[in-house]
Amino acid sequence: MVRMMSPGLLRYLAGRLLRALLTVVGLVTIVFLLVRLIPGDPVEAILGDQAGPEEKAELRRALNLDRPVAEQYLSFLGDMADGSMGTSFRRPDRSVWSMMRDVLPYTIVLALAALLVAWSLAIPLGSIAAAKAGKGWDKIASTVAVAGLAIPNIWLGPLLILAFGVKLGWLPLPGDDLAGPEALILPAITIGTALAAVLTRQTRAAMIEVLAQQYIIAARARGVPTVPLLLRHALRNALLPVMTIGAAQLGALLSGTVVTEKIFERQGLGTLFLDAFFARDIPVVQGCVLIIAVIYVVVNLAVDLAYGLVDPRVRLS
Amino acid sequence: MKRVRARLRKTPIGLAIVVGFFVLGVIGPWVAPYDPLAIDLLHEYEPPSWTHLLGTGDNGIDILSALLHGARLAAIVGIVVVGVSVVLGTLLGTWAGYAGRFADHVITGIADLVQAFPAIVLNIAVLALVARPGLMHLIVALAVNGWVLYARLARAETLTLREREFVEAARALGVPTHEVLRRHVIPNLLGPLVIQATTGLGVVILAESTLSFLGLGPGKAVSWGALLDQGTSVLLRFPHVALFSGGAIALTVLGFNLTGDWLRDRLDPRLR
Repeated sequence: MVRMMSPGLLRYLAGRLLRALLTVVGLVTIVFLLVRLIPGDPVEAILGDQAGPEEKAELRRALNLDRPVAEQYLSFLGDMADGSMGTSFRRPDRSVWSMMRDVLPYTIVLALAALLVAWSLAIPLGSIAAAKAGKGWDKIASTVAVAGLAIPNIWLGPLLILAFGVKLGWLPLPGDDLAGPEALILPAITIGTALAAVLTRQTRAAMIEVLAQQYIIAARARGVPTVPLLLRHALRNALLPVMTIGAAQLGALLSGTVVTEKIFERQGLGTLFLDAFFARDIPVVQGCVLIIAVIYVVVNLAVDLAYGLVDPRVRLS
Repeated sequence: MKRVRARLRKTPIGLAIVVGFFVLGVIGPWVAPYDPLAIDLLHEYEPPSWTHLLGTGDNGIDILSALLHGARLAAIVGIVVVGVSVVLGTLLGTWAGYAGRFADHVITGIADLVQAFPAIVLNIAVLALVARPGLMHLIVALAVNGWVLYARLARAETLTLREREFVEAARALGVPTHEVLRRHVIPNLLGPLVIQATTGLGVVILAESTLSFLGLGPGKAVSWGALLDQGTSVLLRFPHVALFSGGAIALTVLGFNLTGDWLRDRLDPRLR
């Protein structure tokens, strides 16, 4: 495998990996500094105003907040490096990582389902809009996209519950037993809609560009019918930029899971994060922020690398 | 009068929503029929009626009054956060773009790091550090990532402006750097920044609503997001609370999006 790679590709991969590593170290540092630099005492935030000085001093000792900042930073880095990511304030018997590991699969499945919803809406809509650019279909697809962008997921979720859970009774309500795949449908649509709106615009733009190219005109001249032309010739080349944008929208996807898990009363990383927030369980808050940021960096890296492997032009620029 | 009416007809709907939103933000609390915190337990969760045009919510509060007060909160948060973000972003962005080298690396690096967090996660992480998050904390939390967008825009525009002849001429004449920036660079950034800020207002108002919805907002009944949160918890029995509060958020965000698009078409000659 390595022998097949040119020196240029290797240099590209190495550079990209180094940047990802630096970003993660930077993120770890920022997460650490946030807690120490921003005005407000975590001890007071945890115990409230009523706590006595001894109680506060004891907690401060337990959290290592009485040590010099450099020492705190080293032990924080140690916690990150050994994979435990520290210990929860609320549950001293649990490491932060073990708490996140329990709920992470729910969030990942939800995010993937949302991405699937977004792609299966955006790619057909965007392709039709591009193929019929300027005509009625294009206008309909664009209007749907604008509407999808405008409806906030904090409102779309309740609307979907009202329509499909309450009025029609087709799908389970929040708080019902959420084991089956049908419980995933409404949350995935809630997150996927806004994403689909962005991706529809991107697909349309990418398809219009591809459809103007010589090989498409040549295929059309050879008499390739419209549908195979779109599917086999155009879409393949238009999809790469769309996939990349999909990865760039990962932040929105992850933010969406936080909100949606609350609306639909699902367990997951977002719920853990919010619970930790309200309990001022700062190690868990830190851990969640960090894992979300690391997911973001890793996925972007993976997409960039895949892109570099597939499309030689990327490595050259 | 006829001409005024003709003009009004041409006014895009998005702009009408935005103007209406700001007018309500200013006069809302004065025209609100009730105190948005007045408790009236006998009339909890009533559907819309002539005494309560949009019905009542938790503890019997008047939803119309709560929405009118919420408009002011949303407007204040939107304007202050976008204002701070635009000023900070423009200064850092032009500095990075004009000075280049070290300043550029540091500022772009920080911007990249901030963008590596999903916005709302970073906002929550900042709010987690204070005992009782208030309006000031909310504004700070939203500005922490708000400036990045404007900094990127200002940097990109400055990079091209720096090479333009009129800027080079000013430099050749010995005009000091801060004067070049103040008189020749920044005025040329204003168009794109205004377009971005319009869409940005919608983004910030949605972010405020979302944080309030999650229970991290500054007030209880006076925020659209908090009202929507209450509405969601009684959704199955009293859907009107969630419908009206969510509708207010969606309409406002739509208004700012449409106005941003409309301004872009009008102000950006490259798109014509």
